[in-house]
Amino acid sequence: MAASSERSPPPFPDSEEPELLEDSDEGADAFTGTSISEMDSPSPDSTKPPKDIFNEPLEDIFSDPLSNVNSEPQKKVDTKIPSPSSDEAVDLFSDPLDDDSEVVSSPEVQNPMPDLLNEPVQAPKSDVLGEPPVHKNAARQQDIFEDPPKGSSKSSSVKKAASAELFSDEDEEDLFKELPKVVTKKPQPSGPPVDVFTEVKSDVKVKPQVKDDPTDLFAEEALTAPAPKPSASSSSSRTNGVHSEEHDLFSEATVELSLDSPRNDRKKKDAVKPSVSAPVAPVASSSSKAPSKTLEELEEEESEDTFDLNISVTNPEKVGDGMNAYMAYKVSTQTSLTMFRSKTFTVRRRFSDFLGLYEKLSEKHLQNGYIVPPPPEKSILGMTKVKVGKEDPSSAEFVERRRAALERYLQRVVSHPSLLQDPDVREFLEKEELPRAVSTQALSGAGFLKMLNKATDAVSKMTIKMNEQDVWFDEKIQDVENEEQHMRKLHVMVESLVNHRKELSGNTAVFAKSVAMLGSSEDNTALSRALSQLAEVEDRIEQLHQEQAANDFFTFSELLADYIRLLGAVKGCFDQRMKAWQRWQDAENMLQKKREVEAKLLWANKPDKLQQAKDEIAEWEAKVTQYEREFERISATVRKEVIRFDKEKARDFKRQIIKYLESLLNSQQQLIKYWEAFLPEAKAIA
Amino acid sequence: MTSISEDSDKEKVRSVSVDLNNDASLVIDIPDALCERDKVKFTVHTKTTLSSFQKPEFSVPRQHEEFIWLHDTIVETEEYAGLIIPPAPPKPDFEGPREKMHKLGEGESSMTKEEYAKMKQELEAEYLAVFKKTVQVHEVFLQRLSSHPIFRKDRNFQIFLEYDQDLSVRRKNAKEMFGGFFKNMVKSADEVLISGVKEVDEFFEQEKTFLLDYSSKIKDASAKAEKMTRSHKNVADDYNHISGALNSTAADNNTAFKKTISVCVLQKLEDRVASDQELKLTELLRYYTRDIQAAKDLLYRRARALADNENSNKALDKARLKGKDIAQAEENQKQCLQKFDKLSESGKKELTSFKARRVVAFRKNLIEMTELEIKHAKVRRLKQKCQKSNLKKIDPGPQNQS
Repeated sequence: MAASSERSPPPFPDSEEPELLEDSDEGADAFTGTSISEMDSPSPDSTKPPKDIFNEPLEDIFSDPLSNVNSEPQKKVDTKIPSPSSDEAVDLFSDPLDDDSEVVSSPEVQNPMPDLLNEPVQAPKSDVLGEPPVHKNAARQQDIFEDPPKGSSKSSSVKKAASAELFSDEDEEDLFKELPKVVTKKPQPSGPPVDVFTEVKSDVKVKPQVKDDPTDLFAEEALTAPAPKPSASSSSSRTNGVHSEEHDLFSEATVELSLDSPRNDRKKKDAVKPSVSAPVAPVASSSSKAPSKTLEELEEEESEDTFDLNISVTNPEKVGDGMNAYMAYKVSTQTSLTMFRSKTFTVRRRFSDFLGLYEKLSEKHLQNGYIVPPPPEKSILGMTKVKVGKEDPSSAEFVERRRAALERYLQRVVSHPSLLQDPDVREFLEKEELPRAVSTQALSGAGFLKMLNKATDAVSKMTIKMNEQDVWFDEKIQDVENEEQHMRKLHVMVESLVNHRKELSGNTAVFAKSVAMLGSSEDNTALSRALSQLAEVEDRIEQLHQEQAANDFFTFSELLADYIRLLGAVKGCFDQRMKAWQRWQDAENMLQKKREVEAKLLWANKPDKLQQAKDEIAEWEAKVTQYEREFERISATVRKEVIRFDKEKARDFKRQIIKYLESLLNSQQQLIKYWEAFLPEAKAIA
Repeated sequence: MTSISEDSDKEKVRSVSVDLNNDASLVIDIPDALCERDKVKFTVHTKTTLSSFQKPEFSVPRQHEEFIWLHDTIVETEEYAGLIIPPAPPKPDFEGPREKMHKLGEGESSMTKEEYAKMKQELEAEYLAVFKKTVQVHEVFLQRLSSHPIFRKDRNFQIFLEYDQDLSVRRKNAKEMFGGFFKNMVKSADEVLISGVKEVDEFFEQEKTFLLDYSSKIKDASAKAEKMTRSHKNVADDYNHISGALNSTAADNNTAFKKTISVCVLQKLEDRVASDQELKLTELLRYYTRDIQAAKDLLYRRARALADNENSNKALDKARLKGKDIAQAEENQKQCLQKFDKLSESGKKELTSFKARRVVAFRKNLIEMTELEIKHAKVRRLKQKCQKSNLKKIDPGPQNQS
């Protein structure tokens, strides 16, 4: 989070960035446009320089094969226009992949255009156009919905800059998203200038809703004028070409809504950031974001805790015999997300399926700088025990431990906005039969290749000397490194706590037995009674210790283990970013070389080869710009991901530690009860 | 090196496993002790109204070896055979903490300053606890002697208390050590032999079986309790380490995460629980393990006397049969019988009072332990509640980023 501050002025970054993270999460979760509103809010911050804008477009491009998009962004928009109707959007869902890609590309296209230089003017215009309509829409929505009280609170902070309409917009946001609490908080902390931005954001959020109702657009447009005012520069730019492009924007927005919300959201966020520098961009982004969210998604966004996708892994079951035996787990999903065919469904998956899912996800998303949650490690020893079929407690514990870890793993995956959208995730959750994941076996050829890749990666990592330009990353990488160390240390200690507590529990049991014996041979009846009571108390305390040890393990130790793995994944993202940087630098060097060759040829006066050299230079120049954008895109993604990760982490730890404390409290309570019951017995010894 | 004043902790120290009659005519305590290398010098302070002492109040420095000497002389005194002789205090053992201290010194470079300071503090606390315990057992030994109507009049005991010079007892040399060992062997063999002798008194018969049974059980219980407290201490150590690690983790973070972490630093409380448990329960059991051994010794001496009695009876019968040395044999038999009767009588008294004392001590300690457990659990509960509410106040939401 700290990183955010670097780029933006101090007050903004904190409030905004967190929002961004949340937004992205939410967006990912829900297809609906609710997330969009949040996304929009970040945009007003303007914290992110033009770079971000570039990055974002690039990302979009990457995600969508449509690199061509840049050349014909307008066309696409037009094509989309007809689709705005909600029905169509739904249809789009059915074939998410293709449609999504197109949709995504379209909003992005606008942004990238300025970068491309081909149609710089148009891009900004489009953004401008898009924004005003949004505002109007928001205003209308207000009227329709009547603003709730929450909105008013926000508005108060906003008041100075924002007009009455703005207020209404905010309210609407609240209603739709139900996120209001979070939103309200954010604006308040920030200083007055911040408030203005937040207001703008709120407006943007409102916009998405507007998109849903295409009819309102015109009226809304009229209204929009006041909204942009808060940010003077932005407002001026917006007014320019609004009308012509508005249609396109809306259409796009709607389409996006239906298709893949998460990606859009991300893009939107990116777009939002640039918006500060160039007002146009944010508008477009906001518009696109807004439409993507559905009602369900809105709900999800409202309270992140009631994330509407419950996954549980249950019923571990041994299938088969001997060394070919494996454990199958029941993966049940409960959701109201429309992306799934039904509200509840259950599939059986084996451990390697989980690993296979990870492989697929990391292949697709890691290179883009996403943090792909790692699955629990393989444990040959533990599994062998299970396979051998000994019904001893340690193997039962192993299975339970793995089951819990798998459940947490899946929950992490689906709580990631972009991963949730991945078809493989859906397939994993929904599809009855999965093709066997082969590459996950440790001894297979694929496993060997993986090891080889890892080794080369490690080597190249050492050889790459990246001089970090970005202070945020510099610090963050260091932080993550330190944190991992601390976590490891802590984990070892907690493990030893667990072991010692188990030992204590065992010793208490033995002592209880021994005291019982002592009591039986004691000839003073009262004392004998007291001793046997003491034995009972110790017996119960032993149980308590045992439970506490389990709690130590499951709520504390496993949490740390998870985060050690996750920190590894974060480091993987940093590595990906470094690789992208390396690619860019290599291309840069290559270009340099080509230029030298050209200069030499020029000097040697060889015109025949000169043309070829020029072509090569052009080629490499393109590559350099491409790689540079890739790098910037990945930097932005990683940054967002890390911020999101930090937030999740804080939340996770808070939740788990509270849970842990509760378990401790509970056992203290029991302890008090036991001893208090014993006290009169001790006093009764005459 | 380490000197402690017992005053502050008097209450704790007094919570020893023995119930002493509060006779003001002879009050002994060890207010101070000084630890030099492997020797511990106890200051034995006596306050008395008895005329057999020259002054009403005096203190002398005594070492552990002198305590042992006192114990041995009492054991060897024939007339005390019918009494339960208070068990000698165990040898002070500071090896554990000292070794740890040494290790700590070696590992100093590999630790952060705070960690080192913390570890040192912990070790010092541990050392102090051992030290206090040592002082306590020595004090209890003297107090038991002083509270006994016969032992308090013992000459050697009075010399021990009064003579302000070094008693110049030396440590047992190898021969004596071996002799002691041999004596023990003989004793146990003898025990087996005379166990065949028919018990004439039912009370002693019962008492014997009971004590045999009880001593093995209590030995077991004591060992188990020791184990339990040890693992409890381990847990306490883990808590300390974890809180240390949490602290350093928190120090590295500047976000909501940090707040979350720093709030939940687990306290050292577990430590106290463990040490109190140790003091109350383990010490109680340990002490009675020794005390019961003393009672068993009494029974042995009585059984020995019984055997002697039987033997003398046989000898008398033989003499009568042969018509020789009848007078001597009669005399011998009379003596043995007398001795045996005396032993039986005082032994009966001692054992009865021992039983009562044991019950009272158990009661006292169990109550105290229970109360401490409750107290600690309540304190922990309170702390955890505090932490929980503090934690809940932390909003991991975006605001915390600032």
